This record gives sequence, C-alpha cells and structure tokens, in this order.
Amino acid sequence: MTTLLDFVSYSDWVLHTLIWMPILGIIPVLWADEQRVKHVAFWWSAVVFILSLGLWWAFDPTVGGMQMESATPWIESWGVSYSLGIDGISLFMVMLTTFMASISILASFNYIQDRQRPFYALMLILEAGVVGVFLATDLFLFYVFFELTLVPMYFIIGIWGGARRIYAAIKFFLYTALGSLLMLVGILYLVYRAKMFIGAPTFAYSDLLQVPLSGTEQLWLFGAFALAFSVKIPVFPFHTWLPDAHVEAPTPGSVILAAVLLKMGTYGFMRFLLPLFPIAAQHPVVVTTMLVLAVIGIIYTACVAAVQSDAKKLVAYTSVAHMGFVVLGIFALNLNGLQGGLIVMISHGISTGALFLLLGMLYERRHTREIQEFGGIARVAPWFATAFVITALASIGVPGTSGFIGEFLALLGAFETHKVLTLVATLGVIFAAYYMLPMVQRVFFNPLDKQENREIEDLSKRELAILAPLCALMIWIGWNPTPLLDRMEPSVQVVLERLDEAILEDQARVGDEVNEPQVVDGGQE
Amino acid sequence: MYNALGISVQGGQATVETAAQFQPFFPGLIILLPLIGFLINGALALRHAQVSASAVRLGGELDLDEGGHLPATHTLPSYVAPGVMLVAFLIASVNFARMLSVELHDPHVIEYWTWIATGAFTVEAAIQLDQLSILMTMIVTGVGFLIHLFSVGYMRDDAGYPRYFSYLNLFIFFMLVLVMGASYPLMFVGWEGVGLCSYLLIGFWFSDREKSDAGKKAFIVNRIGDVGFLIAMFLLFGMFGTLDFVPLFSQAADLEYGSRLVTAVTLFLFLGAAGKSAQIPLYVWLPDAMAGPTPVSALIHAATMVTAGVYLVARSSVLYALSPIASATVAGVGVLTALFAATIALKQNDIKKVLAYSTISQLGYMFVGVGVGAYAAGIFHLMTHAFFKALLFLGAGAVIHSMHHSLHRTNNHQDPQDMRNMGGLRTFMPITWGTMWVATFAISGIWPFAGFFSKDEIIWQTAAFGGAAKAPYPMLYQVYWVIALVAAILTAFYMTRMMVMTFHGASRTGVEEVKHLHESPPVMWIPLIALALFSVVAGWINVPEALRETFIGLGPLTGEWLHHWLEPITEQAHHIQELNLGEVAEQAPFGGGEVTWALVSTTLALVTVLASFQFLRRQNVKVAAEDTELSGLSKVLYNKWYVDEIYDRLIVQPLIKSSRFCWKVIDARVIDGVVNGVGWAARALGFIVSMFQTGTVNMYAFVLTIGALIILGVSVF
Repeated sequence: MTTLLDFVSYSDWVLHTLIWMPILGIIPVLWADEQRVKHVAFWWSAVVFILSLGLWWAFDPTVGGMQMESATPWIESWGVSYSLGIDGISLFMVMLTTFMASISILASFNYIQDRQRPFYALMLILEAGVVGVFLATDLFLFYVFFELTLVPMYFIIGIWGGARRIYAAIKFFLYTALGSLLMLVGILYLVYRAKMFIGAPTFAYSDLLQVPLSGTEQLWLFGAFALAFSVKIPVFPFHTWLPDAHVEAPTPGSVILAAVLLKMGTYGFMRFLLPLFPIAAQHPVVVTTMLVLAVIGIIYTACVAAVQSDAKKLVAYTSVAHMGFVVLGIFALNLNGLQGGLIVMISHGISTGALFLLLGMLYERRHTREIQEFGGIARVAPWFATAFVITALASIGVPGTSGFIGEFLALLGAFETHKVLTLVATLGVIFAAYYMLPMVQRVFFNPLDKQENREIEDLSKRELAILAPLCALMIWIGWNPTPLLDRMEPSVQVVLERLDEAILEDQARVGDEVNEPQVVDGGQE
Repeated sequence: MYNALGISVQGGQATVETAAQFQPFFPGLIILLPLIGFLINGALALRHAQVSASAVRLGGELDLDEGGHLPATHTLPSYVAPGVMLVAFLIASVNFARMLSVELHDPHVIEYWTWIATGAFTVEAAIQLDQLSILMTMIVTGVGFLIHLFSVGYMRDDAGYPRYFSYLNLFIFFMLVLVMGASYPLMFVGWEGVGLCSYLLIGFWFSDREKSDAGKKAFIVNRIGDVGFLIAMFLLFGMFGTLDFVPLFSQAADLEYGSRLVTAVTLFLFLGAAGKSAQIPLYVWLPDAMAGPTPVSALIHAATMVTAGVYLVARSSVLYALSPIASATVAGVGVLTALFAATIALKQNDIKKVLAYSTISQLGYMFVGVGVGAYAAGIFHLMTHAFFKALLFLGAGAVIHSMHHSLHRTNNHQDPQDMRNMGGLRTFMPITWGTMWVATFAISGIWPFAGFFSKDEIIWQTAAFGGAAKAPYPMLYQVYWVIALVAAILTAFYMTRMMVMTFHGASRTGVEEVKHLHESPPVMWIPLIALALFSVVAGWINVPEALRETFIGLGPLTGEWLHHWLEPITEQAHHIQELNLGEVAEQAPFGGGEVTWALVSTTLALVTVLASFQFLRRQNVKVAAEDTELSGLSKVLYNKWYVDEIYDRLIVQPLIKSSRFCWKVIDARVIDGVVNGVGWAARALGFIVSMFQTGTVNMYAFVLTIGALIILGVSVF
C-alpha cells in the first residue's frame, strides 16, 4: 500500500485534493439533472473519502509534528499563506469528516426532496470547509475555513429545516459568529505581537508558536479563543443554540453538525489554545473553570436530555454531555486525558451521527419525533432496533464499544489531576443510562399499540449500507483502539511537551525573582 | 508472582518456569465459542424476526407450526447454543484437569493483542488462568450448559427462541471475559457486558411494559455500582500505574496496612460489587429481574452474574486484607442483606420472588465470607449456591411451565407463578418435587448437603475472625455471627414454606386445570437431576479438617480441598491477616468449637424445616383471588419494607423534577432569555435579519461563498 502511495506521490497532493475536490464537485452537482444529482454528489464524496483513506498508511505514526506540509504565499504583505499540514490530532478528524460527509449525503436521498442541487452543493462546500479547518496551518486560513463552515450550515438549516428553521438558523449563526469575532481580534493581536517579535507580520502557526507572550496576554487571548471554541463545542452555558439547530436541521445537517462541526471547537482547543497559550492553559483557575463547566455539561445536560419529549432534541442534548468528556480530557493536560478526548471525539462523531441518522429514518417513516408516538417498533423493524440499540450502547459508553474507550481514558486522565471533579463526572455514566434507556424503551420496546407504528418498514438496503459501517466502527474501536491511539500519541506528546517547556521557561523567568520554584501540576504522567 | 512472604520477587523468571509446567489447552476457545454461538444465533434471530415482523405488520402473529414443521431459524439454535456450551465446558475441563496435575503457583497469563495503549497506560487483551478463574470458568460453562439445555425445553414455544439463545450465548461470552480477564478493565468489559445481557434478557418480552421497565431498572442500578468500579480503577491506576492483576497484586503487598487509599479503593470496588451482586442498598433491581424467562433467572440472577461481586472481592483479596474497615463493611453489608432479604422472602407469594430474595440473602452470606477473610469459603458458597439455586430456579421454571400450560389450555387468567394457586403439585411433578427438596435441604444447611458445608464454613469463620487475637472490631463480628445464624433459621423456614405451598397440601389450581398439569420433558428434568447431584456432593470437596472425623471421607477430595486449591490466590491475603490480626480463634463467642457449632446449626436448620413443614402443611392457604389483605408486619414484609417506594420518593422523583427545572427554567428562561435578548437587539437593527427572510437570499450568499473561494483559489495559484 505504501509503495503504491509513494508511486503516485500521494503525500504531495492529498491534502489539497481533500479540500479542493469537494469544491470542484459543485460543478457536476449543479450541472447534473435533478434526478441524478444525489448520485453524483454521493459518488463524488465517496471518492474524496476513498482518497482520504490513504492517509492511514501515508501518515507516519512515529512523527509528532506536522506532516505532508506545504505552504504557498497568499497575501504576502500580511504574511498570510495557504499552508496545510496534518498530524496525529487532525488525522482522524479529517478522515471522520470525509467519511461522515459521504454517509450523510447518502442519508439525504429520501429526506431532501426539493432544491436538491443547491443542497448537495452546500454539503460539499461544508465538507471542504471542515476539512480545511482541520488541515490549515495558517491562522488566517484557519479562520476563513472556520467561518466558511457557518454559511452552508446556515442555509442547510434555514432552507431545508423544520418549522422553526429561521429562528434556529439565526440563533446558530449569531451565537457562533459572535463567538468567533472575538477570536479574530485575538488572532490579529497575535499577529501584531508576531510582527513586533519577528519583524514581519505572519499568520503561520509555526511562527506564532515562537512569539513570547506574557501571562496576562495569554489569559486574554486564551479567553478570546476559548469563547469561540466553547460556543462551537458547545460548553455549558453556551449550548442552547445546539438543541434548536439540531431539531430544525434536516437529518444530514444534524449528522454533519454533530459528527464534525462540534469537533472544530475541541480541535481548536488542542491545536491552538494549549500550544499557543500554554501558561494560560495551565493556570489553575482556567483549568478548574473549564473542568467545572465540562462537569456541569456532563451532568446537567444529561438531566435535561432525560426529560425531553422530542427524541432528536434528546440526542442533541447528549452531544453536550459527550463533548463535556472531551473538554474534561483536554484539561486533564496529560496523555490519557488528551488521547481519551480524541477518541471521544471520534466515537461521538460516529455514534451520535448514527443516532441522528436513525432518528431521521424514523422521521421519514412516521413524520414525528415525539417519543410517546412510538412504542414496540422492535417487533416490526428488528434490524432497525438492533442498529439503534448498538448505537445507543456505544453512545452511553458500554465497554466493547468506542464510547467506553474514550470516556474511560478521559476520566482516567482527569482523575490524575482533579479527583473530586472527575468523581462527579464519572456519575455521568449513570446519567447516560438515565437518558438513553427510557428513550430506547419507549420507542422500540413496550406494546406495539399504534396502527401507524405497525406499518413501519424495516431498514432498506441503502439504510443498512449506511448504518453497517458505522456500527462496525463502533465495535472495532471498542476492541482495538490501539492503532488509533498509536497514531495520535506522538502529536499529543508534542502538545504536552510544549506545555511543560512553557512552565519551565516561565519558571526560569520568574526564578530570578523568586528563589523557590513553584511545583506545578504539569502534563507528565 | 504471588509470594508467600508478600515480597515482590523476580517477576518474569517465575512466570516462564510455570508456563513450562502448565500447558493450557486452547483457553481462548472457551471464550470464543459462546461468541460464535452468539453470532450464529443472532443472525438466525434477525432472520426470524424479519419473517415474524411481516406477520405482525399484518396484525397477526407468526404461526410457528405452520405446515407441521418448525423453520430452521427455530430448530438450529437448539443445537448451536447448548452445543457451543458443551464444547466450551469440555475444553475448560481439560484445562482444569491439567491444572490439577501440576503445581501452578503463579497465574498463567496469555496475551492476545494490545487492547488499549496510550503513552501512559497500557492494557493487554489477555486472559489469566489460575485456580480461581478456572473454577469460575467451570461453574459458568458447566451450569451454563445445563441451563442452556433446560431452555431448549422451556423456551421451545416462544416466538423469540433464536433471539433468546443469542442473548444467552452473549451473556456467557461476557461472563467468561469477566472471570478470565487478566486485568480490571477487561473484567469491567465483562462486568458491564453481563449487565447488558441481563438487561436484554430481563426485558426479553419487551412488548410488556413492566418487563421492559425491569430491564431498564437493572441496567441503571447496576451502573450506579459500575461508577464505583470505575473510580476504584482510577485510584488503582494512580497507585500502581497498571491495572493488570499480576503486577498490581505483587506491588500491593508493599502497601501500608489499613491505609486510607486502600480503604477507598476497596470500598469503591465494593460499591460495584453491591450493584452487581444485589446487596443493600442496590439490591432493588434483582427482585424485578424475575420478569425475565426463568432459566435466565437461574443462570444470570442466581448462579453466575450476581456472584461476580463475590468474585471481584475474592480476586482483590490482597487489597481487602489490607483494609480492616472495608472488610468489616463488606461483611456487615453482607450479613444485613442476608437477614433483610430473608425477612422479605418470608411473605412473598410469587415463587420466583421468594427465590430472588433468597438469592440476595445467600449472596449476603458470600460477602460475609469474603469480608471475614475467608475468601475460599465465600467462593465455596458461591459454587454450591450456583448448583442448588440454579436447581431451585429451574425447578420453579418447570412448575411455572406446567402451571402456565394448564392455565393456558383452560383459558384461566390466574397468575401461574403465584404459589397460592399451586399446592399438591408433588403428585404431578415428582422429579421436580424431589430435586427441589434436595436443593431446599442444601440451602437450609442440612448435613450432608452441599449448602451445609459452605454456609457453615462462613458462619464459623465469622466467629473465628471476631475471636482473632488482634481482631479490629471483635464485638461487631460477634453480632455478625448471631445475625448470620438467625438468617439461616429464616432461610430454612421460608424455603420450607415455598416447598409446602407449591408441592404439598391440597391442589388449589382448579379442577379442570389440574388435568393439564404434567412433569417436564427429559430435556428439562435431566439438568434438574444433574444439579441435584451436585447439590449433594459439591460440599464434600471442602470438608473442614475439624469435621473430617465426623464425616466419612471420600478419598482425596475431602479435607479442605478447595481451601488448598485456592491457596495460591489467597495466601498473600492470609499472610497479611496473620501478620496484623494474629491467629484466629478456635472457639465461638459463647464457647464451643467448630464441630459443636456445626452440629448446632445443622440441628437448628433441620428442626426448623421439620417443624415448619408440620405447621405449614396444616395451614389453609387461600387462592390468590380470594386471599385477604395483610396487615401489620406481614404487610410491611409483603411490600418489601416499601424500599422501592422510598427510593422513588427520595431519589427518582426529585431527579426528574430537578431535570425538568434545569430544562424549563435554567435552559429555556435564564440562558435562552439572555440569548434572545441579544438576538432581539440584533433584530432591532433589522438589517441582516430582514435580508435573510427574502426568498432569494440563499442564492446571494451562495454566490458570495463561491466568490470568496474563487478569490482564495486564484490568489493561491
């Protein structure tokens, strides 16, 4: 495999292709006739996914830094360049994006009936935008992609959404746009400081890492970035856009939103927040605040989820709880925590994506999402019920599924540094059962007492083809996450080393004044 | 790397030497076979469900006997499911025999692949073969096979037959992961896996809301315990940097006796054990779990899964030995549960409910055993209980099966599980009657049945532990000892009551109905006979030395064999105990040695059985429909001390109410209030918003996006 990839010099073009090919896909999609457009879009995205698969082999798991890097000057006077790269943190995010994009396009076949061409074009732009976010190594480029994802998502919700789609779309847009505006200010300040330090403005990630920042500066910048990312994740209390957006969004929109868009936030934490502002990120107040918010997110949203009557809203709230585990893992600031957080990101992408797909399929059959309208469906749709139960179990982190690995590692990591908070977070395991099992019961079990439910069809071949790989991945990762963890580890190490170095440098600086060096709970295991 | 002196020694070297001695025989297959069975049966189940779904969709039910022969999806599981179990049991037996023939001191660990490996934490997918795990494996596969066999008869007419066996096989798979896993995380996989299967099997008849609820309750209550298990693992990882049994326990010996950390770990572990093994305060799920098919109750909720907590404590014996507080807690919770559940069992009328509370009570005894440092005794009772309680449940299943058929044939809608509707079944079901009496003698602790040896061992060890030279809380253990004796008497009483109400006296089933009562087919009574045999002889493998003279020896198997067999597992714990507590007492608190008290307890049990038999036989039991309302203590006991109601009032309802508050007030009013305020201000500006509401704006923005991208593209290339 590696030989083949070398032969076509895969590493040289793949990253560009993963961004530009979906964009180029707009042309055939807009050009195809209304009947064929969905097939064109699906196969186009499938090819993108297949191309991205090569990354599994082309990626060197022993290297911690960026790989397959390339940089082309773009706006030279500002120091902006079109530069891409991939490492162990972004690798699986990219693969998850290309995978879930094709899956959700395949899942749109029945759901999207009108205005298909713009819909599929927007999906492809969205895919390009998200891949761009994960690959950009220039902060300007990153910001462009980060904002670019807003636009197609806004229209997907606003045009193909449910009854309150306009409200949801605007709420989504304003929430996230306001959040990221502050980040833009932060980026500009960073570039300004870079200019002072290097002599020329630069947006390049690797350059910005060199810029020395005082503790106060770091705290302010951290705040600006953290707000943007926290809205995106979302972290409690910035989460209320999410349930509305999910409930109104069409199924493919929800899938993409849950599976990859939210990950841009936690990715931002790992890629930018920790390495760029290492002192602030290790400040006890900051860490405690983030952990407390994460723990509230885990428990509070689980409770709120449990009392929802709309199944989709329920799953939307559980997303906040799951992302709480990611934030918990990240601010454990150690290997187990960060690697666990990354696995939760992957697992949540797959399992929550699958849950939204399944609820969408249910909606297509019954045109309702009210839990009480269902009951006993397992009797008429056994494949459907089986897929749903497997997904639900992965979602609540039953061992043997991907969900367990991530949550376990994130909690294990967090426990090393914050015992009491992690103890509370672990209770989330109970709350997960508390929100998920009653829903499963009321939809799939209980008496089959409604005639409409009796007529529900089981999964079609297309639907099975969508769900089977997802379920297989959940179980495979549950039993063999090591290949994933191996590829992440060196890159996570780089982040942690940077945190430690920053503390040492800071101590060296402070050490002149204070004799006694502080003992800081760093990221070492 | 267990070491008699508690000093960690040359790790790798010792393992290599033992590996040469003990040759395992395809141990991986033992786990793999039930998994294969699950996959085959699962595929059949889905196929079968698909066919019956189309019948349901038309408003009917699938007629199984259409055309006179059953479909393949209904016949294949009868061979596949018990078949894989039999082969797994045989392979386990070979391993057991090989282990018997060698001196295996250190556990034999076989690694398959690296399961989880971050830079800081590694755990292998590995199984551990040692005296404890092989014994558990034998019980799980052996009793499991018999119950699979019984199920072939019991579940034959059920529409979900292949699905039933797929769950059952999956359960065995996870149970084997639990007992054979070489590390806490792997054990936890089995731990939650069996909980999952228990959930699926309790709610097997998921169209019934009550049964479905019971499954859900089991899962959620179990997860409360699982949190304890998880936190214990986090603590252990912090202490040792590993969660693999072998390196962890060899380091554990260096810990300080009674340190707070060890106490915390062991108490959290016990929370997990209390959830899985239905101890106070987390026992409430087990009585409800009786909603599942009766063989499931026998396998999961009596013989195997619920004993996992006892296994966990025994496995972690080194840690428990280091914490006198945790050990006292384990024993205390155990003895209280034993008594508490026994009182409830006194007044239950549902035959399965009696057995459920009896199981909770007996599990309590096992925890007393492992709580007083008699780890082998706890495991001993686990084993004998697996036989006689599985037998009792299967016997009850046979009774219910027969009752169900006769009530069904006569269109009678009485409850087939209510003992008030039974009576006099002895004449119709002699094999069931006889074997169940054997089990009743065993559980009551009557010599020479199995339960006598195991239960008496625990009660005696409680007294002896309390009398140890430096016992931490001697008075406490004396109280435990008295309660254990009282609960034993209650056990003999409620079991006799169950037998009398079911099998003796006049029949209350109804004149027409009686004609349809019948003994079970051989596929069901053969397992009963086999289990009855074990319910007698299983106790003989661990006869205490003191009793040996009074017991006619049975060759090499007598004389505390099990105790010695498990020594490599427990010796480290015993060593810690001896160091810190001194020698255990030879006399009970009120005087008298082991033999005396064994005689006293078996006499008490026998007298209770005989007296209550005479007393209850003459009692006039009314059928369920005509029974009068209870009052006073009887009512409280019948209603299970109202614990479920108290939990509902104190925990469940407040949780739901506060969840609603979080949603309706905090989320919708507070947070969204702020957000909408900001949004309203934006709307007042009006500009953007009004633009978004014109129908064509999407094309505008679309063009905008494309434009931006083109600029981006052009400036790059």
